[in-house]
Amino acid sequence: MYSHGSESLINQAREIQEPELQRFHSRLVKLLQGKELGHEAVDSLQRLHIILSATKYTRTLPPELQGSLQSLLASPAEQFQVLSSAVLRETLPLSGQEGNYTQENFIQLNNHAAALVLSQAGSRADLSSLCAQLLRSLESRQSDGPAASLTHTLPILNTVLTHSPDCLTEDHVTLMSKKLVDWLRYASITQGGGAPSGGFFTGTRSRQPVPIAELDGTVSGDFFTVLCVGQSFTEDQWMNVYSFSMLRHWLITYRSVSNGNTTADTANRLQLSLSLSLSHSFSNDDRSEVDGSVVSMVSATSSSSRLLPPKERLREKAFQYCQRLIEQSDRKAHKKTDTDLQKACLVEAVCILDSVCGEDAALVFRAFPCIKALFGRLSSDLSFARVLLPIAQFYLNHGEMAAVDCESVWNLVFGRFPAELFDHQFLAHEFLRFIRLNLESLQLRVPQYSRSFPNLLKFLAWNSPAVVDDFVDLLPSLVTAGTAVELLHTLLDLPCLSATLVLQVRSTCLPISEPGGRGLLSLDAFRSQSFRGLFLFLLRGEAGSGDTIDRLSTLHEMLTETADWPRVVQCAQTVPVLLHIFFNTVIAIADQKLLAHLVQVMLERSSLLLNIPKYNKEIHRVFSRHLLLLCKLHPSLVVDQSHELLEFAGATANVYSKEEIYTHVVWVLGEYLSGSCDSRCSVMLITSCFETLEAVLFEITSSAPPPGADCPVPRVVTSLMSALAKLASRSHDLIPRVSLFLSKLRTVTRGGPVAWCSDEEDLVAIVTRGEELWSLLKAPGVAQSVLTPPQPVTTPQWHGDTNVAMPLQLRALTNLTHSQ
Amino acid sequence: TRCTVGAQHGSLFPDPHRLPGRCARPRGEPGALLPGLRSRRGSRVRPEPGAEPRGEASPAEGEDHGGGEVRGAASLSREASGRPPVEAVPGEEALALQEADGGAVRLRAGDPFPEETSALWLAVQSLGFTLVCEPHENLLLAEGTLRNLTRHCLETLHMLGPGSEVLLRSHRVDALLSRLLPHEQLLFLNHRFAHSLEKKAAAYAAK
Repeated sequence: MYSHGSESLINQAREIQEPELQRFHSRLVKLLQGKELGHEAVDSLQRLHIILSATKYTRTLPPELQGSLQSLLASPAEQFQVLSSAVLRETLPLSGQEGNYTQENFIQLNNHAAALVLSQAGSRADLSSLCAQLLRSLESRQSDGPAASLTHTLPILNTVLTHSPDCLTEDHVTLMSKKLVDWLRYASITQGGGAPSGGFFTGTRSRQPVPIAELDGTVSGDFFTVLCVGQSFTEDQWMNVYSFSMLRHWLITYRSVSNGNTTADTANRLQLSLSLSLSHSFSNDDRSEVDGSVVSMVSATSSSSRLLPPKERLREKAFQYCQRLIEQSDRKAHKKTDTDLQKACLVEAVCILDSVCGEDAALVFRAFPCIKALFGRLSSDLSFARVLLPIAQFYLNHGEMAAVDCESVWNLVFGRFPAELFDHQFLAHEFLRFIRLNLESLQLRVPQYSRSFPNLLKFLAWNSPAVVDDFVDLLPSLVTAGTAVELLHTLLDLPCLSATLVLQVRSTCLPISEPGGRGLLSLDAFRSQSFRGLFLFLLRGEAGSGDTIDRLSTLHEMLTETADWPRVVQCAQTVPVLLHIFFNTVIAIADQKLLAHLVQVMLERSSLLLNIPKYNKEIHRVFSRHLLLLCKLHPSLVVDQSHELLEFAGATANVYSKEEIYTHVVWVLGEYLSGSCDSRCSVMLITSCFETLEAVLFEITSSAPPPGADCPVPRVVTSLMSALAKLASRSHDLIPRVSLFLSKLRTVTRGGPVAWCSDEEDLVAIVTRGEELWSLLKAPGVAQSVLTPPQPVTTPQWHGDTNVAMPLQLRALTNLTHSQ
Repeated sequence: TRCTVGAQHGSLFPDPHRLPGRCARPRGEPGALLPGLRSRRGSRVRPEPGAEPRGEASPAEGEDHGGGEVRGAASLSREASGRPPVEAVPGEEALALQEADGGAVRLRAGDPFPEETSALWLAVQSLGFTLVCEPHENLLLAEGTLRNLTRHCLETLHMLGPGSEVLLRSHRVDALLSRLLPHEQLLFLNHRFAHSLEKKAAAYAAK
């Protein structure tokens, strides 16, 4: 309903034709020339804005219109300021007009015009001079003028800082550091203008200043922070809010500025120092602190820090501010929004402490008691999980230095967080980001990390689409030689975990007596004592209790009905991607023994998966691909695992249910079961493999498929034939047996359609392939050279070494077959 | 922080908080200017006047600010939860907000912003509200700010009611943002500070 209307409006805006637009423009110009601008003007400007923003082309406005919009920026009605700014931001500035405001009058601009100027600043020099102006305004104005103009200065500066941190010079940074100290630490501690006056005859002089209050209503006893309330606020209290809001970014950025800004162009520095030298001398001892109207109320502790250079001093004040916020957050706020703000402040405070401790190691020892106490206070209450994350970050960054025991932190973060808060989207996002950003140091310092994957994967199982991106990055770090097999099983059963988490949530939400809780077999199973162990295994928090469980098929059976639950389906869709990453990683770290184990797991698990449509096929495809890659890299794996592979290849049922992986198993057997790949490969082994495959091929080409199954895929038949031919070429006694089979095949198919292949073209292709192989085997020497894989070449020189080049062999082969 | 308000299916509300730097290139001067601005946010700087439509690397039109990713995340999340969206009518904004589905999407570096960002979203019926946050920004604060902004949008623009005219009142969103999220700056506002700013915003809306 809503989107339909909006869509048609946007389409109209997009399809508007040039002549119509021209008329609209000229009408608008006339309209804007009128004395009284009314609703019609607002509506037209708004439409113009839609037209400009809905198109992918850059529209240019006629200069006349652009001009009137420009003058509208200074309109007394804010509505028109907003609209003209919005429209102009969609267009390019007229040539010659850019930088119109960058000279002297930037600070006098209203907020909306300033946003426009900022968005159209032409160069870093422009931005630099804007910064210089802003800083000058901070410097010169202390109490006069409207408050609104000053409050937006810091956000504007912060914007510039985000886009182009290097346009601040060292002097800018020094000045800003001083100003931030003033606002953060020395804002008034009495309420602003709204204090009640004594009555008609009492003048302003007798007004009693009302102290600010804490969030729980008590009178505040220390300096002002964002967690202080009053009826109204003074300007410096507003600046306190703006300062704290940008403090963290400032602290992070100015560190890089001071490190890398030696290249700031000299012109700027010159201009700036000229403009600033009037009011300031930049000596290191801090004399500017209380200039003007900023009243220093609580300065008892600052006498020593006054001697610090400005940046260090800001660090010190930021430290004190954060400590105070942490204290204040313990108070019981009256409003829910304030309770939320307390949490956000805790996050910010801990992050800032972390940041300043990173710069000045001496602060670590001062900060830790406070952080520890905070952790102790919050760790039992998981509603503070998002505050506990930055605390964990603090422990990670500084715990080692302060020699603090972090065990309980990691147990909480990697234990209870995923297990109990897996369904918390925001936490999942922050938690996984935390891990990604700290991966190296987590792997180094937190032994629990790589063992915690059964727990971590709960985030993925619950909300796969949102976090799969994180796991793409994280998964390699979770693959270790010790846990690879268990991880593979866990990934394959991820949809089961997803279903189990849903059941867990449902079983806590819905009491057994509720009608919604009944009727689900899986839910009954989840609640049943006899299956408890199975579900508890899926829900385990740490790896190491065994790779998988025996009664997996029972579990899959119980969860059959969950296969079409959206959450389970979404989860199943992510598994193939992760498996690819898993195998690509494991191949680099695993030894032959582990790889052999993985091959076993693949064969075994190919028939042991939760039955979700398409899921099995996808997994088989991944297995096939990686089986091939593994064997290619380590051909002797095939000899190692010949027993398991032959068992798999000898089961005729696999031809029909797992044709993809079956084909690949047959191919690797034919390709790599060879004395040239592994000296352990005996004639006996080749013969037994030959006989197994021969039996299957004979079976599937002599009878109709079993009831319910389709005809075998032609690829299975041809790969079986090829594998037999390859094996025979290595043990010439077997050649007559293949030839006999192939000639029989030709005879049979000449007699008309066969039951095992319904498509005539497929049958022709199979027979042709058979004839080729037959001809090839007539010259056993050639067959062996063609059908045996070349030795892996470590330094290929195909361009120079024509004797080993494949084309030569192929040409010989072609000549042989064509002479027939 | 960037804010986007959009309908979930197809159309997108004209982005009320334009990226600085998007129009930063003066005419006739090719790309060498403003390395700072461009490299950080200017990945989708609009083409020169009269230029062809954006190249293939650019996001689809109307999907600025990771809008496509958020839309996908929101609909998948809704599908997974299996709950139909709560139908609320004007006057029930608080209820709609309380029941709103929300989440965070990671936008990888270069797609579409040069640095990795987090897109926080709230889905109220067929409306999507998104805040894109820089890595250093406080996501807990951002979430509260997004909820607050969403409530104001729903209330002052009567977004739960029928009609498309909300597109014709985007200046109200601009005015709201310029107070509660001035120049994209997240603010730590306790209820008294918030009240004071909201009063100013309400005064604008009443005009």
